[in-house]
Amino acid sequence: MHGMIMVVYLLTALFLGGFGNYLIPLMIGARDMVFPYVNMISYWVYLFAVLLLMASFFVPGGSTGAGWTLYPPQAILDGTPGAHWGIILMLVSLAFFIIGFTMGGLNYVVTVLQARTRGMTMMRLPLTIWGIFMATILALLAFPALFVSAIMMTLDQALGTSFFMPALVAKGQHLDYNGGSPVLFQHLFWFFGHPEVYIVALPAFGIVSDLIAVHARKNIFGYRMMVWAIVAIGGLSFIVWAHHMYVSGMNPYFGFFFATTTLIIAVPTALKVYNWVLTLWRGNIHLTVPMLFAIGFIFTFVNGGLTGLFLGNVTVDLPLSDTMFVVAHFHMVMAVSPILVVFGAIYHWYPKVTGRMLNDTLGKFHFWVTFLGTYAIYYPMHYLGFLGVPRRYYAVTGTDFIPQSAHSLNAAITIATLIVGSVQLVFIYNLIRSYFKGKPAGDNPWQATTLEWQTAHTPPTHGNFGPTLPAVYRWAYDYSVPGVEADFIPQNQPPAQKAPSTEEKPS
Amino acid sequence: MTTVLLVLVAIMATVVWWLVRQTINVSPWIERRPIEDVPGDGALPLPPVKVGLGVFLAVATSLFALLISAYFMRMAGADWTTLAVPKGLWLNTGALVLSSVAMQWTRNAAKRGVIDRVRIGLIAAGVFAFCFLAGQLWGWQQLRASGYFLSANPANAFFYLLTAMHGVHLLGGLWVWAKATAKMWRSMEIGAVRLSVELCTVYWHYLLLVWLALFALLLSTPPRQNSCSPDTIAICGPTR
Repeated sequence: MHGMIMVVYLLTALFLGGFGNYLIPLMIGARDMVFPYVNMISYWVYLFAVLLLMASFFVPGGSTGAGWTLYPPQAILDGTPGAHWGIILMLVSLAFFIIGFTMGGLNYVVTVLQARTRGMTMMRLPLTIWGIFMATILALLAFPALFVSAIMMTLDQALGTSFFMPALVAKGQHLDYNGGSPVLFQHLFWFFGHPEVYIVALPAFGIVSDLIAVHARKNIFGYRMMVWAIVAIGGLSFIVWAHHMYVSGMNPYFGFFFATTTLIIAVPTALKVYNWVLTLWRGNIHLTVPMLFAIGFIFTFVNGGLTGLFLGNVTVDLPLSDTMFVVAHFHMVMAVSPILVVFGAIYHWYPKVTGRMLNDTLGKFHFWVTFLGTYAIYYPMHYLGFLGVPRRYYAVTGTDFIPQSAHSLNAAITIATLIVGSVQLVFIYNLIRSYFKGKPAGDNPWQATTLEWQTAHTPPTHGNFGPTLPAVYRWAYDYSVPGVEADFIPQNQPPAQKAPSTEEKPS
Repeated sequence: MTTVLLVLVAIMATVVWWLVRQTINVSPWIERRPIEDVPGDGALPLPPVKVGLGVFLAVATSLFALLISAYFMRMAGADWTTLAVPKGLWLNTGALVLSSVAMQWTRNAAKRGVIDRVRIGLIAAGVFAFCFLAGQLWGWQQLRASGYFLSANPANAFFYLLTAMHGVHLLGGLWVWAKATAKMWRSMEIGAVRLSVELCTVYWHYLLLVWLALFALLLSTPPRQNSCSPDTIAICGPTR
């Protein structure tokens, strides 16, 4: 439940549903999404899916205890919590989520393709939009795999088919299942599951690029490379899924193939990291709260990414598989990193959403405790993993290979978790208090170039841009342009008569 | 998973090809001086709904390709016993072809603005589509009557699953069709439904293609195929 809620219902929904719906029309200069009615249905279907999932806490047997991977046969056998109603509700809720998402996703893609304002070519889009756009394409193509497996597993559970269920003996009784393939489920699940990682990561990449450029007052380094890296990561993410299945007994050559593709995908990802660092290089860095979160993201993402190189290799993965090392890896790379970006993005766009600034001191306190606290939580887990402490157990006792110090470490992790968790209350308090008492933000508090900061009203009124839509004359990253007095030029500012561009070639 | 990979490679290749065409040789950091130089937005010259339908067809393709992939992989199991596809499905296929033809005819009529033909064509396409769906249900009934229950064998389960998925997609199409037909009945304006008719036509042809692929798959499945024992499916599975 924890994993599924966080990955699908929180991060996917927040990045694409939340930031996507808010930022796409504002950033591309549109009045609204192209299919507003479908968008509304998408929201209600999503809400229905969430309610179904929450209802599973209250049905007989409780919610499913199968972990976010929902592997059969365990997920639907007696002895697993929620093997009857819990798992059915989870699967049906997922199916509804996917239907709702498909409606929303169609909207995002078509809006980005068709509703851009005059002058807003694809290559003038802020990287936030690129990230959301590519992530949506991935989600549209990958979610059907989860849909198919959810439906097939529902049939296995409710109607006794044997898609995934092998012949089983339970309590001395032969169950009615026969010959199904649990590995088939793993293939389908991870065919969705791996792109899902990038569905969460790509919008985060995009948003962090914009945060860094704005708060370092510098154009993003290698914009074109950044776009191509997003596209490349998107394409590659579909051919790496089996690296989650090295221990499933696959043909060694498949393992080799998937290890290779996994390592290849590190190339465009590393390229993005270099470009973020090079954007910061000699920039006019303002250590605002969004910037702190963006820099925190780079650190955490590099940490999590490096352990990914370990796990991507078959021989290293086998002993580490299902240990706390894996927990540390994926929490660093796809839980903490995107969440840091979510926080950064909220601190960055809150002034546009509400017209008021968030409190800076509380924000900095929130950042430092969250950032350092998550390291206190996840860093020790790497060592626990090396010891061989397995994941998914709530208590490990009576084993020789786990020394007493590991238990002390676990206790320390729990304390750190409680601290980090309670500090989030400060963030929520900040959100609520600033809504009423925050400093008025004005239209463009960060002096950013992109269109959402150039609206006639803050917060933007219905139709976003007043009577006429803006025309776009330049890319999104004209910060500290040489020879220009202001250190930024908004995208919709027409060129001066004597533009100071030195790079321009005569054409 | 080979099937779905091939399909997705094709889709991704299209996406990447389009994106690269948009992005190569573009230097966004260079300012364009005269306002006339500001290019348009580079949108596709199509109404948004059509682009939306195109994207949706890509999603549906991914879905059906995954189902077919799962079919191939599960077929390797030792317990697979291919069922005898009911003969009535040939009739249904005929109905779906006729439905598609009627849709195309309607579309041509809508283009030329012949309102009576649009009406007749829409009704005919809808009737044939409903015939197809009824025929599918009748096929299920036949299978049940002859003992091919859903849970008895994975081949049966897949038969029901594939036909149901296709049927549900057709039902979705019929909803749009119903709205268009109702509109046609209320007003004499052909412009009001032209776009709906065009969308329906594309969708109908697409679903016909999907059905032909599924039907061919069901027919061509050899009576008994078993090269892997269930224990080794992990190794054999992904290769097919």
